Parts: sequence; structure tokens; C-alpha cells
Amino acid sequence: MPKVTVDGEEIEVPEGATVLQAAELAGKEIPRFCYHERLSIAGNCRMCLVEVKPGPPKPQASCALPTSEGQEIRTDTPMVKKAREGVMEFLLINHPLDCPICDQGGECDLQDQAVAYGRGGSRYERENKRAVTEKYMGPLIKTIMTRCIHCTRCVRFSEEVAGVDEIGALYRGEDMQITTYLEQAASHELSANVIDLCPVGALTSRPYAFEARPWELKRTLSIDVSDAIGANISLHSKGREVMRALPRVNDDVNEEWLSDKGRYQVDGLTKRRLDKVFMRKRGKLAEASWDEAFKAIAKQLKGAPSSIAAVAGDMVDCETMFAAKALLKASGSDLTEARQTGMTYNVSNIAAVNFNSTLAGIETADCILIVGSHVRWEAALLNARLRKAVKGGATVFVVGPEWETTYPATFLGNDLSVLNRVPKALGDAMKAAERPAVILGGAALAKGALAPALKLADKFKLVRDDWNGFNVLHMSAARMGSLMLDFTVPSGMADIAKAAPKVVLSLAADEMNHEPFADSLKVYIGHHGDKGAHMADIILPAASYAEKAGTYVNTEGRVQFAEKAVFAPGDAREDWTILRALADALKVNVGFDSFAELQAKMIAEVPALGEEGLADYGVLPKADSKAKAEGLIESYPIADFYLTNPIARASAVMQQCSAELLHGEDVREAAE
Amino acid sequence: MADRTPAPDTPELRARWGSFEWTKENRKRADYHIAKYPDGRQKSAVMPLLDLAQRQVGEETETQGWLPLPVIEYVAKYIDVPVIRVLEVATFYFMYNMKPVGKYHVQVCGTTPCMLRGSDDIISACKKRGMEFGKVSEDGLWTLTEVECMGNCATAPMVQINDDNYEDLTPERLDTVLDALAKGEQPKTGTQEPGRHTSEPANALSNLTDMVDANHDYRGEW
Repeated sequence: MPKVTVDGEEIEVPEGATVLQAAELAGKEIPRFCYHERLSIAGNCRMCLVEVKPGPPKPQASCALPTSEGQEIRTDTPMVKKAREGVMEFLLINHPLDCPICDQGGECDLQDQAVAYGRGGSRYERENKRAVTEKYMGPLIKTIMTRCIHCTRCVRFSEEVAGVDEIGALYRGEDMQITTYLEQAASHELSANVIDLCPVGALTSRPYAFEARPWELKRTLSIDVSDAIGANISLHSKGREVMRALPRVNDDVNEEWLSDKGRYQVDGLTKRRLDKVFMRKRGKLAEASWDEAFKAIAKQLKGAPSSIAAVAGDMVDCETMFAAKALLKASGSDLTEARQTGMTYNVSNIAAVNFNSTLAGIETADCILIVGSHVRWEAALLNARLRKAVKGGATVFVVGPEWETTYPATFLGNDLSVLNRVPKALGDAMKAAERPAVILGGAALAKGALAPALKLADKFKLVRDDWNGFNVLHMSAARMGSLMLDFTVPSGMADIAKAAPKVVLSLAADEMNHEPFADSLKVYIGHHGDKGAHMADIILPAASYAEKAGTYVNTEGRVQFAEKAVFAPGDAREDWTILRALADALKVNVGFDSFAELQAKMIAEVPALGEEGLADYGVLPKADSKAKAEGLIESYPIADFYLTNPIARASAVMQQCSAELLHGEDVREAAE
Repeated sequence: MADRTPAPDTPELRARWGSFEWTKENRKRADYHIAKYPDGRQKSAVMPLLDLAQRQVGEETETQGWLPLPVIEYVAKYIDVPVIRVLEVATFYFMYNMKPVGKYHVQVCGTTPCMLRGSDDIISACKKRGMEFGKVSEDGLWTLTEVECMGNCATAPMVQINDDNYEDLTPERLDTVLDALAKGEQPKTGTQEPGRHTSEPANALSNLTDMVDANHDYRGEW
């Protein structure tokens, strides 16, 4: 570990650290534009110049200079100050003075660093500014390329992290321009992250254009519910509206990325909302009062109070599910199910349906078998992790229909029976691997592949010292929470249908099949007028994830807490309060009167939900040696990445993405 | 600076170049270039391959050649590289023509040594003959481009026409060269100064005189 001095202070830095990192360790701020911790080093903005001895008597780019023993780094000399001023002056020659109309204003690296490190004036005032034609990059990214300072972060992101080479830097020198090939839309699932990466206002958010200034926004820590990754986000709200969602840094979960859906479905929070109580009267939904609705439910249950079932949707928090379960328990029913599409895999041991390698851990795997999962669409951020693993030398095999991976992968066909007798290439690779992993997706679970896949755990020795390579990848943010709360019945939705309950409570369950429940009173407690609401007899308007606090458990069993960002619209209430009121109407006692009491009761029952972080599910169950994998995986559960949940389906931005990026409709706007 | 934007992606362009493929010899040459690089590094051959493609286009169009988008896509596919990466290279280097050029691509060096030795006159001489920057002349023979230093400062001013250099130019000497080319003859390449061989001193040797007969170590004398 080399010892260096930074501004006279001696520190020890890790082997291979750069001078910039050494300075940061010493607590010195180094201005930069092109350098980014998660991208390769480009060294082309020159903003990070420092003085280093021994070395040539000139400023050096600290981001690209490795430290060596005895180096003397200075960040506070007149030479450094002058160098930074000079670089800033050059950068500003061509940068337009349009900060007042620029969406980056207030959160712009160039603006901040110009104030902190610039010289306050330019000697190039008579120089003409460079003109660059606008580039089209799709419905999410708005470009104003005259603002570009050629840091190439966006190019490096799409090449290295996303694995989709679509952004490039054409021409050279002052004429360099950032563009996509023939200005096609950037069309991968992480494309909008370049907006966060862009240090200036060249790439900004198109849906958020001219909506708000950063200092007007209230930031609330939340969890993304668009998939089961549980990306850490912060919801930025103005008044009662969520204006945007941005990722928070969490190296264990989402690093600092966010999928386009998690980022841009928030405009759906204000559209197609259920904000009044509705009841079906003579076949038509009509407005009603809470009292009326509750009375109707109580009336339906008269004489058979336990004939009630609850089905949870994909984006429900643990508290809501617990409240529903408590209500049903008090009524004498245990008909609760969260696997609304009818899956029936065995959940007696949660470790068997958990992503045991952890999201950060899967990066270190060296042989990965994906069974029945379109990872890019089911968990875009996991796909970025898999790409990292492949870059680190991992080999990937996939069972299931082909999809466009962002890394080399071998497809082994659609037939699940390959799990019984694995092909030689896979077997050899797994045998040689030190950290082998299997990822089981929703399409495989639906075909009953969980038990035969567990046999692979023994066969490939997936569980070793400090390594567990058996993973199930869920798609629903509520899934792991529901399993921890035991919100399931053994045969899934079929059991619920067989019981023919008089009342079915649907907790925003929009993907369930309502046909078997034709004779039941269907009560929809949800936030969007989607499939579930269309089928409902009674609609009780509830809160979306942005409008209530709640606990979510992601696919690796990480318990995370989301806070309430805004109030629900109209008469909509937080879900637990509706269930609590319903308990009164049904004259049962659920044992809590406040959210704190509810949460305390839930934690008392499932202590793991009270601790943020990875829950411990114990060891994998013994595999059933008779289990045989069979069947063909014909398709993956997600048909359209941008429209997987009611919020996304209500979002105009997601609709446009789906139409333009997936269905190839030409909805390109005229150049602004 | 020359306009480096690629020729627009029109249906006509696709129709003309969409079916571009290596000729038999060029495929051999392309594979020869690719074989120079270790396995998995085929993309390193992008520059010789683009040059080869440009020359093949040149043979087909009887010009110096240029790179239509479908040809760039073909090269990208041939070495399995995303097309944007190949386009980056093609638009970066001035030796790749992004638009059609004439039979003779007259590239006049306008960098300081050539400029001091009269490249402005060379450019006006070209313009007098009807050439325009970045345009193909009406007879399809000429395209004029101003380029940066070509490394012939000792024999400035110079022009590069297709693969040949013509140095020590005056407007009259340039006219002789261009007239010969227009007639389909091959003028003498290199220096046009009578009596000069290559880039040796034009008059008597003025420095490094001790080196004439044998190697001489100057280091002690500095």
C-alpha cells in the first residue's frame, strides 16, 4: 500500500488507487466531469488537474494517474488553481449561456464547478459559440447538444454498464458530437441513467422538461416497486404531485442506476386514479359512500362471516398484506394469496424461493444458468450485474426462448428437460466453476421447475462455504414480503376459487383471473382504474406506493422501508385504514388502531420484517430426488417491459415507450 | 474544416450500396488484416478494413472512393462491432471520405509551413480551374479539400491527389500536374522541383554538415 502526501498530509492509499482517489481519501475535493466511479477512466475533460511530484513540472490529470510510493500531491497550489481556471474557461467557450432555461439548472456540475473553480470571466467573449444540431434519442432523453462538454460518460455507460452500444461520439475535436446511430432512439431498459450521468444539461429528462426546479422539490426516500429488485429511489414531489423518481446510491441493490420503468412510471400516479368509492349498481359502476360500501360487504357476509378471501397485487407493501391477513383471521378465514397469476410453487421453505447469492454477490459468480427468465425485462438492474459477472469471466447459459442478452450467453433451448440431463458444455462449466449459480425465473416457476431445479443445487454444488448459488428471481415487489407473511395457500388461486368465498378482497390485484369468482362480491382496494377495477363490484380507493409508508422485501430477501411522499388524491385512503374500517363494519377486532401499532404487531409476528437488511431464511431444503423437469417454456411472463403494472399502464410516458421502442411506431416529434 | 457528416441515409443509397460485399481478392485482404490481431481482437482491424472498403467503392465508381452508410454497416458486421463504433472511426479520420468524391481528390495542405510557402496560391489555382471545397466538379474529375499537415514540410507546398504526393508546387507546376491527370497520364510524383531528388536540401547543406560522410556525435558540443 503506497504512502503519498496530499497537501502535506501523509496518507496510505490502496494499491492501484489513482491520484484523484488518493486526494478524495485525504478529504480534498477534486473537480471532475468525465471521471465517474462506475465507469472506465477517460481523462478527457482535464478538470481534475493537480500538481504531482515527482513528475513533469506541469499539471497532471489526477483521474488517470496511478499513485506510487512517496508521491507528493498538491491540490492547493497556484498552478492547480490556474489550471482549473483555464480548463473551465475553455469549457465555457462553447457552452451556451442558457442556464435560466436549462433543466439542469440548480443541479448542474458545470454550473457548480464554474462558481467554485472558474475565474469569473472569459477572455473569449468574442468567440462564436459552436452550433450543434439536435439529436433524437427517444421518448425519455431530451438532448440539447450545444451544452455538451464531451465528457463521454453517456457513451461509456451504454457500452460498459448497459451493454448496448448505441451512443457514440462522432467527428473530432471541437466538432465532436454525441449521437446514436442515425439518431435512433436509445432503447434499452437502463437508457435514462445517462440523464443522471450527464454533468451538464445536454441530456435531460424529456417527460420532466420544464416541470420544476430542483430546489422546489421535496425529496422522500422510497423503494421502487416496478420490479422485485427494490431499487432505492427518492421521490421528488412538488405539492401533491410526484414530479420524478431518481435512484439513490445503494451498492447492495441498485448501485446508482434505476430502470426506465421505475424512473418514468411516476407520471402514471396522477392518471386513471380511483379517487372515489364506486359500487356496481345494475351492472354499472356508480359513485357511492364508504358507509354504503362497507354495509354491502357486511351484508354479503351475513351468516357466513368467514367466507372471505384476499388476493394481493404485485406492488403491495407488507403492512397492507398484514392488515388484510389480520382482518381475515379475525373473521375466521385463511384464504390469502399473493401469487395472483395462479402459480403454485412450494413456499414451505423461503430459502428455496429466494435470490440467495444476493444481487451484489451474483457479480462474483463464474458460471450462471438462467432458467426461464428474460432477465433484461424482469430485472433490468440484475442484468447489469450479470453483465459485470460475464466481464469478470463468467459463462452464462439460458434455458428458455431466446432474448437479446447484453453479454455472450448460450441458449440451451426451450425444453425444461435439459435440467434432468444437463448438456456436457453446461455440466463441465459448472464442474469447473468455483462460484456456480442458477437463476430460476417466473416462466420456470410456472412450469413447476422449482423442485427439479433444487436437485441442481446438489448436482452443481451450488451451496459452498460463504456462497449460495441457488436463486429464484421474482418480478413482483410484493412477492418476498407475502411469502414472509405466509400470505399464501398451498394450491394458490385454485384453492381460493375452490372455496368459492362470498367476498374476494383484491388488494390492487390486477393480473388475477376473475372468472372463477363470478358469484363472489369482488371488492377492489387499489389505486388505479385498471383490469381489477373493471371487474370489481365495489371499489375502495387506496394509496399507491408513493402515498403510503410501507415495508418491501426484494427478491434477495432485503427488507426495506419506503416513506410516504405525497397524499393520495380525492377520497383515497391508505390501504390499512380501509381494512381497519372494514373490520369495524364486519364487527371483528384486528388489534391495531394506528400504523405504528399495525407495524409493531407485524414485526412481533415476523421479526425479520422489523430489521432493514437481508433476512435470514436458513438453509435450502433437501431436494426431492424424484422431481423431474418437463414442459416447454413457450414465452416469458412479461410481454411488454414498459406496461407491467397498473401505474405503468396509466403512464403516458410508458405507453409512448411501449409504442415507439417495442412496437416500432413512428411517433417521433418534430425537432424543437 | 471539411464537412464530415455521412451522406444521408436515403432509399437510393440503400438501393445502390445495400448489397455491398467484398470482392474475392478484397475478402482475402480483409481476412489477412483481421488475422494480424489475436483472437477476440478482430475489431482492431477496423481501420484497414474501412480503407479497403473505400478503395473497393472507389474501383466501382472510378473515384478515390468513399464510405456510404451501408458499407460502414457491412464492415461493422464483418468484424462484429456495433456500427456506431465503426462510424466513430470513419468520421474521425480525414482519409475516409464520408461523401462521394471525384476521380481525383485534390487535398491541399494548408498548415503553417505550406501556407508560408504559398499554399494560398495553390488553393486559388485549384479554384480557378473550377474546383470547390467539398464538391465534385461537374466533369466528375475533381474534389478539393484542404487538409492539415501531411508531413512534407521540407518540400512545401504540397498537394496529395489520391495516393500520390506532389511537392514543391507553384500554381504553374500544379497546372501541369492536373492537366496531365485530366488527360489520363501519370505525372511524376514527389517533388516537382527540377534537379531535386526527394526532400534533400534544396541548396547547399546548411546544418549537420559533419554528418555528410560519417556518423558524428554532436552531444558533447551542445
